[in-house]
Amino acid sequence: MNPHNLTIRIGGEAGMGLESSGAGFARALTRGGLYAFGVADYYSRIRGGHNFFSIRVSPQPLYSHAEPVHLLLALDLETIVRHIDSVVEGGAVVYDARETLPEHLRRSDVTFFPVPLTALAREQGGSEVMRNTLAFGIAAGLIGFDHRYLESVIRDNFSRKGQAVVDANLRVSELGMQTGHTLQADFPFRMEAIPDAPRRLILSGTEAFALGALAGGCRFVAGYPMTPGSPVLQWFAAHASEYGVVTKHAEDEIAAINMAIGAAYVGARALVPTSGGGFSLMVEALGLAGITEVPVVIYNAQRPGPSTGMATRTEQADLLFMIHASQGEFPRFVLAPGTIEECFEAGWRSFNLAEHYQTPVLVLSDHYLATSYRTVDVEALDFAGVTIDRGALLTRTELDALDEPYRRYRITPSGISPRTVPGHPNAVWVSDSSEHNEYGAGDEDAANRTAQVDKRARKVIGAEKDLPQPSRFGPPKARVTFLCWGSTYGPLRETVERLNAEQPGSADMLHFSGLYPFPKAATEAALAQAQRLIAVEGNETGQFETLLRCCTGRSVDGAIHKYDGRPFSPEYILNNLAGKV
Amino acid sequence: MLTRKDFEGRERPTWCPGCGNYGILNAIKMALVEHQIAPHEIFIVSGIGCGSKLPLYMKVTGYHTLHGRPVAIATGARLANHGLRVMVVHGDGDGYGEGLSHFLNAARRNVRIVDLVQDNRIYGLTRGQYSPTSEYGKRTPTSPEGALEQPVQPLALAIAAGATFVARGYSGELQHLAWLIGEALEHPGYALIDVLQPCVTFNRGYAYEFYNQRVYKLEDEPGYDPSDRTAAWERSYEWGERIPIGIIYRGSPLPTYEEQVPALKSGPLVARALEKLTTAQIDALLEELA
Repeated sequence: MNPHNLTIRIGGEAGMGLESSGAGFARALTRGGLYAFGVADYYSRIRGGHNFFSIRVSPQPLYSHAEPVHLLLALDLETIVRHIDSVVEGGAVVYDARETLPEHLRRSDVTFFPVPLTALAREQGGSEVMRNTLAFGIAAGLIGFDHRYLESVIRDNFSRKGQAVVDANLRVSELGMQTGHTLQADFPFRMEAIPDAPRRLILSGTEAFALGALAGGCRFVAGYPMTPGSPVLQWFAAHASEYGVVTKHAEDEIAAINMAIGAAYVGARALVPTSGGGFSLMVEALGLAGITEVPVVIYNAQRPGPSTGMATRTEQADLLFMIHASQGEFPRFVLAPGTIEECFEAGWRSFNLAEHYQTPVLVLSDHYLATSYRTVDVEALDFAGVTIDRGALLTRTELDALDEPYRRYRITPSGISPRTVPGHPNAVWVSDSSEHNEYGAGDEDAANRTAQVDKRARKVIGAEKDLPQPSRFGPPKARVTFLCWGSTYGPLRETVERLNAEQPGSADMLHFSGLYPFPKAATEAALAQAQRLIAVEGNETGQFETLLRCCTGRSVDGAIHKYDGRPFSPEYILNNLAGKV
Repeated sequence: MLTRKDFEGRERPTWCPGCGNYGILNAIKMALVEHQIAPHEIFIVSGIGCGSKLPLYMKVTGYHTLHGRPVAIATGARLANHGLRVMVVHGDGDGYGEGLSHFLNAARRNVRIVDLVQDNRIYGLTRGQYSPTSEYGKRTPTSPEGALEQPVQPLALAIAAGATFVARGYSGELQHLAWLIGEALEHPGYALIDVLQPCVTFNRGYAYEFYNQRVYKLEDEPGYDPSDRTAAWERSYEWGERIPIGIIYRGSPLPTYEEQVPALKSGPLVARALEKLTTAQIDALLEELA
């Protein structure tokens, strides 16, 4: 049987290396010409607990994970307890033969393969940590995948640990492959490699955003470790020397954003990656960047809050906070990319927006988008489309010709005051975080205050045109229009596909990646013909719905909210449509 | 040839008559003239408080920022442009209260910043509350029964945190303070100058009279060796009939943070043109993802 796609899930305790081996397997599938989607589910602990990693694979592009599991690789019994109900009819469970499988866990429509995982890993590899290598070898054998792709990934991943480790993993993987082949008769699902497929990439939202930011000229990154934001800081730290970037793991998030503001003030494109708790600490400095018009980009990979919330889980509940954070009023941009492609674009576009409009730009990701891996075609990362627009930045010649004191906050029709950075004798000024006059000096005169607030506000009138526009997916004149933002794109897109496969013309969707300033006109135009609106978002209160109503007056007819820390899946959305469609 | 006039600002200070900040402002200008550092060659970052308004009262490139955060902002500025001299000017509430962690981290990080703290041992701008350096038992509007905390010891903290230049000045000793600021500007690394500064409105017990009778210059102290950390440690606690001013501790310079960052080896970050990635760079990045 060759299903359109299948899901392989490996489960065990933290510390068993599930995520790295799972990501490696997804990479092998990608090299084998298939599309993979990998998503980890883990607790905020280093050892113990129950973790699992799911890899969905298909010959066609994938935008989402899915709930049904075709093959469960159980490194412990807990995995079977938790996931046996997700296994499809005809699916299989590979488990360690040293375990005694309790009868109540058995299902007659699922095949159970006892394999001495621990014993074989020890014998052939010298260590039981190679159980996952063995398990993925078995998986490859069962689905009829080609071993050479696993081999190439093992060589790449373990070469820095030495030839002995590479050889041991190769032995164990090969053994798993053979074992899988011997069991193939009792497993109906196949997913063979497509040998001549074009070279593709597999990456996370974290990597896509970081790549986009680097391509867009990001040269300073300051942060403080917080899941799931800090992987962006780590990515830049790993690439800093090679690409001439300064990264700073600061003493706290307050220091991080203030360092970035200092760097941006003197002319560097500066980024602050964090999560909601860290962003909470940064709010005062956000206002500083707003009133002193310093271009800085803040990336918030959301996790459930408030407070510590759930560190390793996902949510979309920071939207209105990001839009409203800070005392006082000043313009800002909020982007919420939904795909790998959009993460890459947000990476470079955010710096252009920040420098062109001289104001902070906030990019919202979330745990699901930041940490899940997706296979994409090489064109998904559109390096050729990257532009670097530094906005009204005075040139050296212009500064040389300046024959009056420099006015950093000059009142202009556009509200944008030509910017410069410290270092030129004709541009000697002090920017004041108090309300200031055109020269930057504190000035509480009523008319001046009004003029400066107006100037800042004027900068972004009509600026939503520079944001990614709402994107539609689905047939025209659909009976239901779904609305979503950020990472819900993938699961909802597949939902729409499935609904239309059942009933053509039943549903379409409008996805928002540029959220603030809200694209009012584009939204009104897109929704003019929409019949029934259903919002799908990962929070309890319906924050996007509130924003939509505030900005357009349009209310939704129904909503699906999720705030259990787990991402939306197509199945979850379909199961919760009852009474709404 | 730069003169004091080159640093004259457009705004007149709003400090109280007799405020120690006038002396500090003059000393900074004198040091910049002495060391021939032009207004566009130095970036003065200040926090929030009476004294933090200082850059607004002179002609210089500066940034009046947030309470407690100027050290972090200065650090970012220095890392992004180490061709620029960077100085922080802020008060004791800003530097040792709200910004205490940034102070200690800057000292151990050794980014080349002159950190001048206007230490009047009181909150002036918010009208007289006790500060991190106020003495135990100090009665103020927020400590009507007397402050219950021991004062912060900034000099000892800086030494403990690894600073290699730790000094104390006095706003009533203008020439001496200007000299200290100059020495700090030339120090290759983080340099703290804690400046005793009378607040004539809210802390009259520590007015000029108090300090004039007690301060003495370490340079005049026979046998005092500022490179001796143990001796420096003892002097940093000396507070009573005699109060030392001068360079308390000057250790052997350590490598600055910025000179150890690989990305900064080829010059200031902002001096490099912002260009798109090359094809070779893109290929290398994509190779990691294939």
